[in-house]
Amino acid sequence: MKKEQGPILTMSGIHKRFPGVKALTDVSFRLFPGEVHALMGENGAGKSTLIKVLTGVYAIDSGEIELSGKTVHIGSPQEAQLAGISTVYQEVNLCPNLSVSENIFIGREPRRLGKIRWKQMHAEAKKLLEDRLQLHIDVTKPLHSYSVAVQQLIAIARSLNISAKVLILDEPTSSLDRNEVKQLFQVMNNLKAEGLAILFVTHFLDQVYEISDRITILRGGEFIGEYAASELSRIELVSKMIGKAFVELDQLPKVRGTASKELSDVTAEAVQLGRKGAIEPFDLRIHKGEVVGLAGLLGSGRTELARLLFGADRSDEGILSVHGATKAIGSPRQAIDHGIAFCSENRKTEGIIEELTVRENIVLALQASRGWFKTISRKKQDEIADEYIKAININPPNPEHLVKNLSGGNQQKVILARWLLTEPKLLILDEPTRGIDVGAKAEIQKLVLSLSDKGMSVLFISSELEEVLRVSDKIAVLRDRNVVKVMTDDELSQQQVMQAIAGG
Amino acid sequence: MLKKQYLPIVITVCLLGLMFAAGSFRYTGFFSLQVLFNLLIDNAFLVVAAVGMTFVIVSGGIDLSVGSMIALTTMISATLVQQQGWPPAVVIPLVLLIGSLFGSAMGAIIHYFKIQPFIATLAGMFLARGLCYVISINTITIDNSFYTSVAQTKIMLPGGHFISISVIIALLVVIGAIYLAHYTRFGRNTYAIGGSEQSALLMGLPVARTKILVYTFSGFCSALAGVVFTFYMLSGYGLHAVGLELDAIAAVVIGGTLLTGGFGYVLGTFFGVMIQGVIQTIISFEGTLSSWWTKIVIGLLLFLFIVFQRLLSARRSVHKI
Amino acid sequence: MVKHHLFWPLTVLGALLLFNLVYSPAFFRIELRNGQMYGSLIDILNFGAPLILVAIGMTLVIATKGIDLSVGSVVAISGAIACLLISKGADQNAFGLVMLAVAVALALSVALGIWNGLLVSVFGIQPIIATLILMVAGRGVAQLISGGQIITVNSETYNYIGAGALGSLPFAIYVVLIVLLVASLLTRRTALGMFIESVGGNPTASRLAGIRSRAVMFAVYIFCGLCAGVAGLLLSSNVSSADGNNAGLWYELDAILAVVIGGTSLNGGRFYLMGTVIGALIIQTLTTTIYIIGVRPEITLVVKAFVVLIVCLVQSEAFRKTLVQRFKMRKYPLEQEVKRHA
Repeated sequence: MKKEQGPILTMSGIHKRFPGVKALTDVSFRLFPGEVHALMGENGAGKSTLIKVLTGVYAIDSGEIELSGKTVHIGSPQEAQLAGISTVYQEVNLCPNLSVSENIFIGREPRRLGKIRWKQMHAEAKKLLEDRLQLHIDVTKPLHSYSVAVQQLIAIARSLNISAKVLILDEPTSSLDRNEVKQLFQVMNNLKAEGLAILFVTHFLDQVYEISDRITILRGGEFIGEYAASELSRIELVSKMIGKAFVELDQLPKVRGTASKELSDVTAEAVQLGRKGAIEPFDLRIHKGEVVGLAGLLGSGRTELARLLFGADRSDEGILSVHGATKAIGSPRQAIDHGIAFCSENRKTEGIIEELTVRENIVLALQASRGWFKTISRKKQDEIADEYIKAININPPNPEHLVKNLSGGNQQKVILARWLLTEPKLLILDEPTRGIDVGAKAEIQKLVLSLSDKGMSVLFISSELEEVLRVSDKIAVLRDRNVVKVMTDDELSQQQVMQAIAGG
Repeated sequence: MLKKQYLPIVITVCLLGLMFAAGSFRYTGFFSLQVLFNLLIDNAFLVVAAVGMTFVIVSGGIDLSVGSMIALTTMISATLVQQQGWPPAVVIPLVLLIGSLFGSAMGAIIHYFKIQPFIATLAGMFLARGLCYVISINTITIDNSFYTSVAQTKIMLPGGHFISISVIIALLVVIGAIYLAHYTRFGRNTYAIGGSEQSALLMGLPVARTKILVYTFSGFCSALAGVVFTFYMLSGYGLHAVGLELDAIAAVVIGGTLLTGGFGYVLGTFFGVMIQGVIQTIISFEGTLSSWWTKIVIGLLLFLFIVFQRLLSARRSVHKI
Repeated sequence: MVKHHLFWPLTVLGALLLFNLVYSPAFFRIELRNGQMYGSLIDILNFGAPLILVAIGMTLVIATKGIDLSVGSVVAISGAIACLLISKGADQNAFGLVMLAVAVALALSVALGIWNGLLVSVFGIQPIIATLILMVAGRGVAQLISGGQIITVNSETYNYIGAGALGSLPFAIYVVLIVLLVASLLTRRTALGMFIESVGGNPTASRLAGIRSRAVMFAVYIFCGLCAGVAGLLLSSNVSSADGNNAGLWYELDAILAVVIGGTSLNGGRFYLMGTVIGALIIQTLTTTIYIIGVRPEITLVVKAFVVLIVCLVQSEAFRKTLVQRFKMRKYPLEQEVKRHA
């Protein structure tokens, strides 16, 4: 670390609001040349907003950004690039149809009299990749003929070529395998040695400690702290991200536990179920009337696990049995037929049908399982809608309201109603309380508990550990795409779970 | 070594060769250079129009206004030259300008108002065709000396063969377009946008300018095709080139360009037009086969190429994971 | 009231009719000759019938985020095959023969619909591209069937479908009513309508809700083919002939236009069958009006061009935003840009 040089990038007092949301409140951030700096935080912590501010996608409401000691205003991605700030995203933002060298040079191709000089371009691209990234590939081939890992290196090469001083790597490792990560880290270390400042965003704790010099933590849009990686223990890091100090946490009343329940019937059981690149094979048993919580950081494989159970993605190994009978679940349709329901974490893209009314959104899944011709009569639909609007307090209580005009919490309730109507044996809730207000949150938690009392099994996923602890009888902890621990009863303390999440 | 990305164009060329060979074996008098040159002479305007279409499709769009624009050009040229007595030296640049402006207007609407290219150019198609009728619903025959002499000039080649001036124009357009597509930033940006518009935006490429320019270029090509068509028909008529946009699109697809954008070659389009020409020639040589077989065969080829492309892109996305 | 989805289409239609009322009162005159009604209004319904049919089918396709460019070709094929079969018959007036011809034509149309549905829902080819194939090849097939000529039939029985009268109204109007009724029942009385809107509105969410979206898509393309087939029968029987080259030309475009005028968005989702019917009537009234006021009928195209443009601009979010921004200060356009894509 060459702190004596002073930071190349300083952000101070950054505020950014979106309608109804404070995305960033008084956030500061420093980045020094020749360091890898990890930016950590859970969902909604403000990481991606901060990065978008840096790359000129969003304009800040107030605050100051200094680059090499000078205050800068970043108005667009182009301006950010020109100023020396380059970003490489998880989903590589290059053109897959163009050749490798074009992807590095497009917009700045070497020309003579307006004519692009291909030979020179290929040669320069080859040299750049070999010299600085140790990447030996055919640069004339189209980008899509290479793996995501190589594409990311090419994206980095493009940034370097625009003479980047600051390189932002936004979750670059999410779709890489172990060797590819190693290769990327090698490159990062080389670049660091050359004096480049690297801002690294990831969900993988192991990787943070492997490569980072310092760590900045955000939570709920606020700056929590900046730490040297060597001085921050894993457990401290996790607790700062999740947001409660241990002492505080342990005093929270434990609401649930299996002790009170008699667990006999198994609703669903996964044996070595897995999908390559999504989640490693895992075992999980869910009993009748049990609430199983999935705890783990974002990207740890929680959603992937849920999608496998629901058939939204196909598993490529292992067995899933429902009520003791082995089922091949290859589509949501089949899962629903077996009594499984799934509320996706992406309410807008995978949950509601915006253009339809509350009533239609509610009856959709039930109608789908009945088929085209066994129509639920309009009268019946109205009754159902009214019943659920009352039962779970959907507001405004108008079944003919378009669902897109509802608040997030109420949209969530509509989707819940949709699934409750199908009377599932197993209800999977993926971040059901994300982005909704405290009142609605509590209502949903209460609903989960009462459902389980009535004998429904619930798989509950949330980034908020307290919430998971409050409602779950059993908690499966995930880390780096693995189910690392299944905890019950007396093990269910904040500290234990957090330890398991942090691992190492 | 043959690169994978040239596979579609190689298939197109082989297909063309195969068809030509088949025709040569079957019909006497088929295998001659002049038959080949006649293909060029009869399809020069289609080559020009399809080249413009190639750029549009590579950028991920589509232009339905091509045929109507050709008709409008013949109409404007005919009235101005024939009825108003304007000199061709003024009329031709004027119609080219009109075509380009027409294209840029459509491009601007598509880009700034996010209207699907299909719809925006559909409106353009109606408009151009309608404007023809506003000018006149009758055929206007051209007997201007410049037009007739261009139409009748035969450029003699060794061996007693000949081509027309239109062929020269078409070949120049093809060569120019190849240069434009592969050796200029405009061309490369067009491919980039077709590959991923969002990436192009984030990479700092001038997306708005490029997209509008693409439609401008297509409008220019349509107008130029209209000029060539005027030489060919020596008349202006509102019903000229009806459905030509489909021929152009078919030529582009058969030439190996992906209808979803981002991949394709101008040269492929040229061969695509030639394939359509060969099909027509074979059918006319056959005598017993009627002209509608052309459409059926072209439809069949379209199907094969589209399914082939679909398979290729499916394999590509598997490779990504 | 302004918010009702039929408000704008009805207003436009009303305005057109009002114009005619002022310009040529004869427009509204309906005469009874031989017990059959005649007049411009009846003509609009009668001549507009094929377009309404095609547009009804198109509405459902567009509601699933699709499009069917091949309807014009299917119209031509259906008419050509029916006329061919009848013209080959010994007694062209025989009821059985005509029924057979109609059945074969409709079966062929359904087969073509299946072809489109196959390409779109099984092969996963973009609808506009998939249906382009049949649009090109279909014209050739129609000409192949008709041998490149106009097949004329001399069958009063067949002619009745498109030109006959039941009671005092043209039979074609009843055909439209029946198809409209079937479509409404099929979509509003069964769950199909909800599934179509759901698949068009959000395909991913629909799949996760357990809807078999492939089957839904298949169904709409088949239905669209069938509608086009019926339209082809009406069109050819009205003139007792089939023209493989020109029958149904531009129908795909007029039908799309009718759907869009009717308030169904090209982005899929909510669909309005009545809106589409009114949209088709607007187009037909426009054509008739232009004809009546003595402007060359070809000018209709220019008017259509502007109608397409205006309707699409009104539907375009970007356009509305631009208008709003004229009043407000411009704010980071890039932000929206990236958000839209993200």
